[in-house]
Amino acid sequence: MKLKSNIAISENGFMFDPYTGDSYNLNNTGVEIIKHLKAGKTNEEILAELKQKYDVDDLSLEQNLYDFIAMLSHYDLLENA
Amino acid sequence: MEKLRYERPIINKIKAGVPDKYGMQPKIPVKSEIDGIPVKEIVEKYGSPVFVISEKTLRETFQKANRAFQSRYPKVQFAWSYKTNYLDAVCRLYHDEGSWAEVVSGFEYDKALSNGVPGNKIIFNGPDKTDEDLKKAIENGSFIHVDHFDELYSLIRISQNTTPKAKVAIRVNMDTGIYPKWDRFGFNYENGEAWNAINRIMLAENLELVGLHTHIGTYMMTANAYAVAASKLAELAVRTNKKFNHSIKYIDMGGGFASKNTLKGAYLPGKDTCPSFDDYADAITSALINSEIAPDQLPTLFLETGRALIDDAGYLIGSVLANKRLSNARRAKILDIGVNILFTSFWYEHEVYPAQESSQQTEDTTLYGPLCMNIDVIRESIQFPTLKKGDLVVIPRVGAYNMTQWMQFITYRPNVVLIDQNKKMHLIRKQESLKVFKEQELVPEFLLNEKPLKA
Amino acid sequence: MEKEQLNIAVTGLNNTDNPGPGIPVIRGLRESDKIDPRIIGLAYENLEPGIYMKGLVDKTYQIPYPKIGSDIFLERIKYINDKEKLDVIIPNLDAELYTFIKAEKELSGLGIHTFLPTLEQFEERSKSNLYEFGQKYGIKVPFSKSVTSFLDIKNLVHEFDFPVLVKGKFYDAYLAYNLEQVIGYYNKLSSKWGLPVIVQEFIRGTEVNVVALGDGEGETIAAVPMRKQYITDKGKAWGGITIQDENLLKITRDLIRKTKWRGAMELEIIKTSGGQYYLIEINPRIPAWVYLAVAAGQNIPEALVLLALGRKLKPFNSYEVGKMFIRYSYDMIGDISQFEQLSMNGEL
Repeated sequence: MKLKSNIAISENGFMFDPYTGDSYNLNNTGVEIIKHLKAGKTNEEILAELKQKYDVDDLSLEQNLYDFIAMLSHYDLLENA
Repeated sequence: MEKLRYERPIINKIKAGVPDKYGMQPKIPVKSEIDGIPVKEIVEKYGSPVFVISEKTLRETFQKANRAFQSRYPKVQFAWSYKTNYLDAVCRLYHDEGSWAEVVSGFEYDKALSNGVPGNKIIFNGPDKTDEDLKKAIENGSFIHVDHFDELYSLIRISQNTTPKAKVAIRVNMDTGIYPKWDRFGFNYENGEAWNAINRIMLAENLELVGLHTHIGTYMMTANAYAVAASKLAELAVRTNKKFNHSIKYIDMGGGFASKNTLKGAYLPGKDTCPSFDDYADAITSALINSEIAPDQLPTLFLETGRALIDDAGYLIGSVLANKRLSNARRAKILDIGVNILFTSFWYEHEVYPAQESSQQTEDTTLYGPLCMNIDVIRESIQFPTLKKGDLVVIPRVGAYNMTQWMQFITYRPNVVLIDQNKKMHLIRKQESLKVFKEQELVPEFLLNEKPLKA
Repeated sequence: MEKEQLNIAVTGLNNTDNPGPGIPVIRGLRESDKIDPRIIGLAYENLEPGIYMKGLVDKTYQIPYPKIGSDIFLERIKYINDKEKLDVIIPNLDAELYTFIKAEKELSGLGIHTFLPTLEQFEERSKSNLYEFGQKYGIKVPFSKSVTSFLDIKNLVHEFDFPVLVKGKFYDAYLAYNLEQVIGYYNKLSSKWGLPVIVQEFIRGTEVNVVALGDGEGETIAAVPMRKQYITDKGKAWGGITIQDENLLKITRDLIRKTKWRGAMELEIIKTSGGQYYLIEINPRIPAWVYLAVAAGQNIPEALVLLALGRKLKPFNSYEVGKMFIRYSYDMIGDISQFEQLSMNGEL
C-alpha cells in the first residue's frame, strides 16, 4: 500500500488531501500508521512496529489495520496499485 | 519496556458545515451499573439480552407524579395502566403505592383480579369487552368506561338481569387543538354525541353514571391540551348536574403523558422538551378548579398515565455480536437486541450507552438487531465508540410497552429482572424455552411418526 | 464618556446569502458609543463566514447543536465562559431559542445575561398558535386552519374563499386557486415538513416588517418599520427601506404593551390596499436586517445588551425615514490552516 504523495498530516491529526480539497481527522494510532505508510513500509512491517509498541493482541491489530486501510482506500487516499 | 495503551486507528472525514469533534459530546457516558449492581454481574447471572426494572426508580417516579397532583387537588386517584407493563411484579408495586388497575381486555381484567385488586378498584376501558366481561364487571362493581353506542345498548340489556347497578362512565373524544385528533375512541364532544350518551345513561334504570373519561392522545408534549380537555369534561359534568341533579363522582383524564425519550424526527431531545408532572398537574387541576363545578362537588381526579411512570424504571442490557463496515464504508454494529423485543425503537431514537469504559473516539454508526430481517434497526445513526464483540450496552427508558408488545421471533423472549430497593435481584419473568412453545402446539396424529427424515 | 468593556457572545454567524443576524448584530455593537465589546462568536458549522471575519469577531468557539441535549450544550457554554468570562449572550437563531430560554436561570447563575422572551411568549406566537394569539391580543391575523387529512380539505370550501395560502409546518408557502391545487400542495408540504399543513386566508397587499425591542414590562424601547424592496428567490430581502407608518408603530407598541414582550422581535405584516394590517408572523428574535435600524438611529443590539444587564433605558423616539440597505456578497480569502485550527481545536 502506498499513500498518495503530497498528502499532508499534522501532529494533531489533521490531514489534508490537496488532490480533492478534503480534510480528515485522525487519532494518534491513525497518524502513526499514516507516517509509516508515507515512509513506504509494508503492512507486515507496520503490524510488527505497532505490536511492539502497544498492548494489543495480534488478531485485533490485524483486523483494525485492514479496516483502517480499507477506509483510506474508500476515501481514495492510496495510490492505485 | 512497558507497552502503551492501544486505541484502534480511526480516520473521519471533516465535512464542511458539519461540526465533528466539537459538535459532539465531550465524554462518552458509560452506564456500568444499574442501582449499584454491575451490568456485567446482571448478565453473568441472567444472560444477554435482559430487561431490568428498578424498584427504586419506579417508586420515586410514582411518588413524584402523585405529589404533583395531590399538592394541587383534594381528591386524586391513580390507576395503573396494565397494557403499559402487566408483569405481575410491576403491577403489584403500583398497587402497593396505592394505584388501582386500569385494564382494556378480559385478560387484563383477570390479571388484575389475580393480583389481588378488588373489583371495585378496577377501571375497565377499551372498545373490546364481551358480554361475559361486562357481566363480570357489573357484578364486581368495577367502573365500566363505555366506548360506543353498541356497548351502551349491550350494557342496558345485560344490566336488566344483573345486580348491582352497573357503574358506568363514558369516554369522550374532543378537539383539544392537537394533532392527531383521537376521535376513534369514545363519544365525540363537539358534535353532541357525548351529551346524547349521557342522556341515554341517565334514562337507563340499571346504569349509574359515575364518571367522565377522556384520553386525548399519546406522547402529549403540550400540557395545555389537558387543560382544554379538563374544561370540556367539567362543562359536561355541570350540564349533567343542571339537567338531572346528578353529580359526577370522578373525572378520568386518562394518560398520554410523554416520557423523556426522543421521538424520531424531533429536533430537540425529549429530556429537554418533555413537560414535567408539575406542568401536566398544573394544567389539569387548575382547569378543574376554575370550572363551574361547585367546590364542594369537585369530582375525584383519576389518572391512568403509564408511559411516564414506568419508562425510566426499565433498562435493556444487550451485547455486541459483531462490528461491520457497510458497502459505503459506514460503521455498523450488530447487537443481540432486536426490534421484536424493543418495539419502541420504531418511534424513539433510543439512547444507547456502552457498559464499560471505551475509546473516546466515536464514529457515526448504525446499530442493527440480530434478526434476519432488514427492518431490524435499533438506531439508524448514532455517534458511538468502537466496542468489541461481547461488550455490553445498556438502553435506558424502555419500561413502557416493550414488555407487553414484544414478539417471540426466532428465539426466546429474555429474562426480566427486578432490582429491589435493597439492591437484590429477582427474576420476575423467565426466559421462554422450547418446552413453553411445545406445550402450546399440537401436531396431528398422522404427522407423529418418530423421525420424518432419515439421518 | 468612557465606554463599558463587555464580553458578548453572539450566534448566527452564517452570513451567507440567507444570512443569520449575528454579523449585523455585531456591527451594531461595534458602533456603540456606550459599549466597547469583545465579541465571542459561537458557531455551529465550520464554514460560517463570521468565523473568518477579522475585526468583527475577536474569537470564535464551535458549539454543538442544541439537538445534542441541553446538558452537553451548556457544558460547552460553561467551558467557553471559564475562558472568556461572558457578560451577555445574544442567541440569534430560531432553533436554539428554546434551549436558551429554558437555560436562562442556569446561565444567569454563571453570570451570563440574556434578554429573551418568556417560554409562554415564545410558544403562544408560534405559527400554529398565531390565529389564537391574534384573537387574544386583538390583532388581525389571517384566518387559518391546520389540516391533517383529505377529509379536512374537502371542508375548506365552506370556510375559505380562494385563493388560499397553503403553508408547511416550518417553511414554504404556496398560493392555491382551487381545491385540486390545495391537495397537490398538501401532499408536497406534508411529505416534506410533516403534518399539520396550515391553510391560511390569502391577504392581498404589501408586506412590511418591523424590528422592535420590548423591555418585558410593556414598554417599547425600539421599533423601526421597513419595506422590502427586492426579494431573492429564497424570499429573503436583498434591499429594504425604512418607512414612516404610524399605524405600524401603533400596532407594535400595542402588541408589546399587551404581551409585555421581553427582548427583540420581528413582525411580518401585510398592509392591504384598504389600509388594513394583518399580522402573518412573529419572529421572537433580532432579524438579519437589524443593521438598517442601527443606521436609522436605533441601535437595537446595544439596547438589548444594556437591558440584559438590567439597565433602565429610555425608548428611542425617532428614526430616519428613507434609510436603505442593499445586501451584497463578498469573497473573503481564508486558508486551510485556519480551517485546521477550527476543526481540530474547536476555536479560532
